[in-house]
Amino acid sequence: MSDTLAGRRRPPGFGYTLIELAFRFSPLLLLAFFWEFLGLSGIVSQQMLPGLGEVFSAFVQMLVNGDLLYNTARSVSRAAGGLAAAVIVGVVVGLMMAQFRIARLLVNPIVQIFYPMPKSALIPVVMIWLGLGDSSKILLIFLGCLLPVVVGTYNGARGVNPFLLWSAASLGASRFDVLREVVLRGAMPDIINGCRTALAFSFILMVSSEFVIATDGVGFMISSLGDGGQYPAMFAAIFFVAGIGFGADRLYAMFARRSLRWREA
Amino acid sequence: MSMTHASAAPRQGAHLASGISISNVSHSYGAQGGGGMLALDGINLEIGDGEFHCLLGPSGCGKSTLLYLVGGFIPVQSGVISTAAGPVTAPGPDRSIVFQNFALFPWKTVKDNVLYGLKKAGYPSAEREERAQRYIDMVHLTGFENSYPSQLSGGMQQRAAIARTLAVDPGILLMDEPFGALDAQTRRVMQEELRAIWRDSRKTVVFVTHDVQEAVFLADRISIMSARPGRIQHIIDVNLPKDRGEEILENREFIGLSEHIWRLVREQAVAATRGVH
Repeated sequence: MSDTLAGRRRPPGFGYTLIELAFRFSPLLLLAFFWEFLGLSGIVSQQMLPGLGEVFSAFVQMLVNGDLLYNTARSVSRAAGGLAAAVIVGVVVGLMMAQFRIARLLVNPIVQIFYPMPKSALIPVVMIWLGLGDSSKILLIFLGCLLPVVVGTYNGARGVNPFLLWSAASLGASRFDVLREVVLRGAMPDIINGCRTALAFSFILMVSSEFVIATDGVGFMISSLGDGGQYPAMFAAIFFVAGIGFGADRLYAMFARRSLRWREA
Repeated sequence: MSMTHASAAPRQGAHLASGISISNVSHSYGAQGGGGMLALDGINLEIGDGEFHCLLGPSGCGKSTLLYLVGGFIPVQSGVISTAAGPVTAPGPDRSIVFQNFALFPWKTVKDNVLYGLKKAGYPSAEREERAQRYIDMVHLTGFENSYPSQLSGGMQQRAAIARTLAVDPGILLMDEPFGALDAQTRRVMQEELRAIWRDSRKTVVFVTHDVQEAVFLADRISIMSARPGRIQHIIDVNLPKDRGEEILENREFIGLSEHIWRLVREQAVAATRGVH
């Protein structure tokens, strides 16, 4: 009875050896070769698909002159604002739905109808409402990220073992304690999953809204570089934002693993 | 009759042991006020202060429902349940419960599970640490303070749950088939430990089980319940020595009483499968 199941896990973070890492990312290397082959063989013109060397030097140039970081910072601040608001509102709404029938009756149809709608369809709407400033993008990202958080929280909260609620109450917890310390806490795995979906949506909406309504940001940068025919720079910006998205998701996955450690073993 | 756990007075400290008075309690599931399934029908039961009382009956006899009513987890529809603190209206740490499936908070370590109720009771930090450790030691989980429930065996999880419940010092301890999910050996050990804990702490215990031997081994008195709708069919006094260990299983009185109760329960179980009362 004395064997706990500790010590079987990988250390948190990137616990891979260099060889494992190379192996894991070898498909990317293949893709890079294919890219170069397409350009060099003339199947696709070098104009449309510039060499990776050119893309890299454009990247370095934009990094040095500060364009890339400035625009990324602008974009990410919008995404973070919209996402943060969506997480706070989404968790509260999801919890209310799980707790109160009336909230469920009011909100459920709205969720059902708006969930499958592509939120980018709202880009013209938020532009009409709020104009070209930050607030229109933040609102769009908020709306796009809201439902995954609501649905995750609701499902998680409904799925909490009811005996845990009773246990807490019989140990002296108030109704509010039970909500905060048991329902919310027990829903956390689903909330964390919902937020991960929301994180991905926030990047999609960030870039796509900036194509249409912005005067700065990565999306704006990509579209204006494309319009100006500066393809190496355009690709550099695309890769950079892809990298930022990937990094954000990895970071989030690490956070999720840490906070859900109790589920392992 | 002056127990004041819900008052603004200091909440900290032991809850007085108390009897439980159940009078004329009926309960139905489904449609309110008729048309639903009658689970309990006119239950009258007086459980004494410090008594170890078993509710015994076939599955579906409403024994868990009765326990949940005493716990305040489901509202009393008709009749009255009261303790020294007054009529039962809501759950509270004066009547803490242990469930069959442990219901430990899976995101908390053993220690933090035990600390939960102590924090609610407002013990100062140093005292609650000391107290949590005392109960963890008492259920032989020393060394597992920082383990998560998922890392423990079923028996260890149930002992953690018992420590968590005992730590808040409930006057009344409610147990809902707490050893039902355990293997036979672990179960026997836990029964002996529970009996010893009860003997030392003198709490009122209401223990739900469908296992006749378990009931006879543990209880001072046993209520035998009939199948749906649940009624109390017999109340049996168990006049066995206070100190009960492995040897009691060969005691002739123990064997005779077990057989007698088994026959009574069997009638109910047979009636339940035939759908007649």
